[in-house]
Amino acid sequence: MYPDNLKYTKDHEWILVQNGAGTIGITDFAQKELGDVVFVELPEIGRALSQGEEFGTIESVKAVSELYSPVGGMVTAVNEALRDHPEQVNKDPYDSGWIIKLSVSDAGQLSGLMDAAAYREHVGTGGH
Amino acid sequence: MRYFPQGEQDLERLMSAVGVASPSDLFASIPRNLRLTGELKIPPALSEIELRRTMGGMAAANASAGTHACFLGAGAYNHYIPAAVWQILLRSEWYTSYTPYQPEISQGTLQATFEFQSLIAALTEMEISNASLYDGASALAEGVLMAQRVTRRRRVALSAAIHPHYRQVVRSYVRNMGVDVIEIPVAADGRTDMARLGEALASPDGNDMMCVALQNPNFFGCLEDLERAGSLIKPSGALFTVVVNEPLSLGLLHGPGHYGADIALGEAHALGTPLHFGGPFLGFLAAKESLVRQMPGRLVGEAADAEGRRGYVLTLSTREQHIRREKATSNICTNQGLIAMAATIYMGLMGRAGMREAALQSRAKALHARKRLAGIKGCRPRHAAAIFNEFVMDLPVDPDALNAELIKHGIIGPLALGRYDAALSRAALFCVTELNTREEIETLATTLEGMSR
Amino acid sequence: MSDRPGGTRPGTLRVEPSLFEIGAPGRRGYGLPPLDVAQTGLEDLGPMDRGEVAGFPEASEVDVVRHFVRLSRLNYAVDLGLYPLGSCTMKYNPKINEEMARLDGLARIHPMQPPATIQGALRLMHELTGMLSEITGLPHITLQPAAGAHGEMTGIMMARAFLERHGDPRKVVLIPDSAHGTNPASAHICGYVVEEIPSNARGCIDTERLRRRMGPDVAALMLTNPNTLGIFESEIETICGIVHQKGGLVYCDGANMNALVGVARPGDMGVDILHLNLHKTFSTPHGGGGPGSGPVGVAAPLAPYLPVPAVVARDGGFDLDWDRPQSVGKVSSFLGNFGMHVRAYAYIRALGARGLRQVAERAVLNANYIRARLADTYHVAKDQPSMHEVIFDDSRQAPHGVRTLDIAKRLIDYGFHPPTIYFPLVVQGALMVEPTETESIQELDSFVEAMREIDREARETPDLVRTAPHHTPVGRLDEATAARRPRLRYRPES
Repeated sequence: MYPDNLKYTKDHEWILVQNGAGTIGITDFAQKELGDVVFVELPEIGRALSQGEEFGTIESVKAVSELYSPVGGMVTAVNEALRDHPEQVNKDPYDSGWIIKLSVSDAGQLSGLMDAAAYREHVGTGGH
Repeated sequence: MRYFPQGEQDLERLMSAVGVASPSDLFASIPRNLRLTGELKIPPALSEIELRRTMGGMAAANASAGTHACFLGAGAYNHYIPAAVWQILLRSEWYTSYTPYQPEISQGTLQATFEFQSLIAALTEMEISNASLYDGASALAEGVLMAQRVTRRRRVALSAAIHPHYRQVVRSYVRNMGVDVIEIPVAADGRTDMARLGEALASPDGNDMMCVALQNPNFFGCLEDLERAGSLIKPSGALFTVVVNEPLSLGLLHGPGHYGADIALGEAHALGTPLHFGGPFLGFLAAKESLVRQMPGRLVGEAADAEGRRGYVLTLSTREQHIRREKATSNICTNQGLIAMAATIYMGLMGRAGMREAALQSRAKALHARKRLAGIKGCRPRHAAAIFNEFVMDLPVDPDALNAELIKHGIIGPLALGRYDAALSRAALFCVTELNTREEIETLATTLEGMSR
Repeated sequence: MSDRPGGTRPGTLRVEPSLFEIGAPGRRGYGLPPLDVAQTGLEDLGPMDRGEVAGFPEASEVDVVRHFVRLSRLNYAVDLGLYPLGSCTMKYNPKINEEMARLDGLARIHPMQPPATIQGALRLMHELTGMLSEITGLPHITLQPAAGAHGEMTGIMMARAFLERHGDPRKVVLIPDSAHGTNPASAHICGYVVEEIPSNARGCIDTERLRRRMGPDVAALMLTNPNTLGIFESEIETICGIVHQKGGLVYCDGANMNALVGVARPGDMGVDILHLNLHKTFSTPHGGGGPGSGPVGVAAPLAPYLPVPAVVARDGGFDLDWDRPQSVGKVSSFLGNFGMHVRAYAYIRALGARGLRQVAERAVLNANYIRARLADTYHVAKDQPSMHEVIFDDSRQAPHGVRTLDIAKRLIDYGFHPPTIYFPLVVQGALMVEPTETESIQELDSFVEAMREIDREARETPDLVRTAPHHTPVGRLDEATAARRPRLRYRPES
């Protein structure tokens, strides 16, 4: 289940960009691989990120994964609801399970990301 | 051999099922030139009767707290251990069980460990504790690394009144981790010099301090001013870390949490485990709950099954090496399971009243001994600060000579301090516990008196 | 489904209350003699006096003893039955070892006593280092590390000190992707960056990839031999040659020594540093998670870097040598886990040279017996000779919706502790079985039968397996909720 209006990274983050504002989360594939999410380490608001930079971690009972920013920008919001209900990432990874919002500094970086079809193929071959 | 259940017939059945003619065929994947052709040069097998004789001889060649009065402390303490502690632990289900990775058949170990964590937290007045580390020195090293992860700063200040072995272990651990270690000197009264601590924190590098650690009671037996230390340390953002290696002191004295410590750690073998020549011992680490994800070592948490029954599990394991690998909070795998169980049973038996009474007796006897020795010509207590059960005396004789004489009178004497500080070459650190009798203290004193004439 | 003779499963007891829920105000579980000196000790304490320890129990000795005896019955243990845990070597713990460790002259001695008063203890440590040196083929041994991972850290510290002295500590440690997690964690603490070397199709180190990667920036290769799949790295001499040729060191994780004692020696293979796990190969008890002991052996050039103090023979007796200026320093408060040194010493003396070799022979034989009897039922992960452990996977059961975890949990209902699961990571759904040499053919057959039954259940009644265990005081626990809202200490309202 990979919405067509999103862009994807090979590390299983998705990004939705509207008017220079990006919302970022992890895909359905990723949340299934992780299992029940128990903790999300969120960055500070105002932090500047470059493309591919690690901005946090997401932890399940059996694994911890780093979260990498699909594009460069500045963190404008974090999903505070995840502090008490990290399981939202499993239940609704593309909507209420969003992780951070940022203001995109270079919209051109989006073109290097995968669209839904390419991502579907990526996970079809194992996702690694 | 009695540990091998296979008789000749069994061996034949096993080999036939596997399809080999002799055991050496099993090692065909080892290159021939690497296979030993002869036997190891190890002495021939001993029966239990011979083992008892040989090892009994080794044991008899040692002066022990079983045959001698012990006035030696310095991080290893000879305290009363109730008979029930090790009788219970000798049960196979405690002794020969494995790490509780399969919680359904390890609820004994898991619940007891949860109780250990709870007792340590209560004893230290901290919010949470882990399931144990190897010993006090490595616990301090792990605490420093934890502070590094939490604060991402570069410097650590250790009181020079922390046990010298502990400081040495910290330096070994952090040498390659980009950490600068500075030491805060000891003042004349035997406590950490608060003025120098203040200076270190006020200096330009002061806000690059990840952790400031003091020991209480400290290596010289003196009680530190933790109230004042906390007020200096906490504004700097460094983690206020208190080392305790005489845990009986906490039966009487407030724990590090009372003074706002971020981390309390140290050595807890004295709760139920004998001296053991220095190991196996019992490291512990307790902290504020907000630091839980950076804590090293195992953690046991409460959980429920599908029927709602309360159980216990190893939790937050993703911090640990088997999952996080090089990004783990520590490389620790084995902890000190059985020794932590001993401490749990000990604390259960002693309870709130026993912890206090044993501590009071230790202290009363130490104060009595110090007073008695201070009455000897040439003997002077070195430090003015209040003590728990250890104190340093300046002596009229060479401490090594004193100890050589004391052994003849059935006494393991104090720690000669010259090795740690040349200025202390005529000083020794005495420890007195609830196990020392008035007679033993008297023999100690009269022997010293005899030598000082 | 019948219980095993004698009953190895935990008893179905009533729920055991917490230690904080037993007892009653005013009860005492201890007694001390009356104070024989003046009752002082409070006047000068002022606000430092905490009163009694809040939150501690008030229970009688009877209450406490019953509590811990009842709790013990909820545990499985190797004295009850098989623990087929790959890489853990859960062998029988001889009882004479406990008796020796409990002798006052070995249990109640202080590490800072003058050496003249502890000659027996120093002799024991010295003789033990001699025997471990003979067993491993490495001439110098330290007994100070408290556990295997502690030994790994100490060993890599020594490697770094050696390389520093020779001009360059280097940056990288190479570790196979099959390695135990402690390996990279230990290397990291020593300031190294970890790079993985892939395993080849046989499950062994890919020597061509190693040859291409090995360079002057690599301080060491950490490997396990036999490796974590239970397979002997037969190219070990080539591997050591590749590393040595570029000035690096070879570290061997000795966790699997049970396959080699008396048969082959890592020191002879070119290994420079090795740690041992006394709680694995040398029979010291696991105690519910510890204590262990992780002695480290090194080749001669690394001797100056051993931790202080070293136990040395001197002037017709034994002494502690602190004068070692190039030492990496200290890793433990005192001399290491002496209590475990005593037990390992007793074990090695009880076996003798011939007995030690039989340990390896029988351990490898037992593992291969299980492999031979189960290979038609469970897929063997690698088509290579197994040494003391064998790895299966769940590929034949997975089509029925039954995975490794389910098989493990269902084994509990049959009265066994499960094998090691999901390790090493290079095998999907790994089930690693290491019976050790102290299991009888009856116990092995019993295990084989249980595994066969579970396979049949996987095909015929998979739900039974997926929801196992059914016969334990608690079922599978909700670990996700436990991790989300951690409750790590007793609170009265819980």
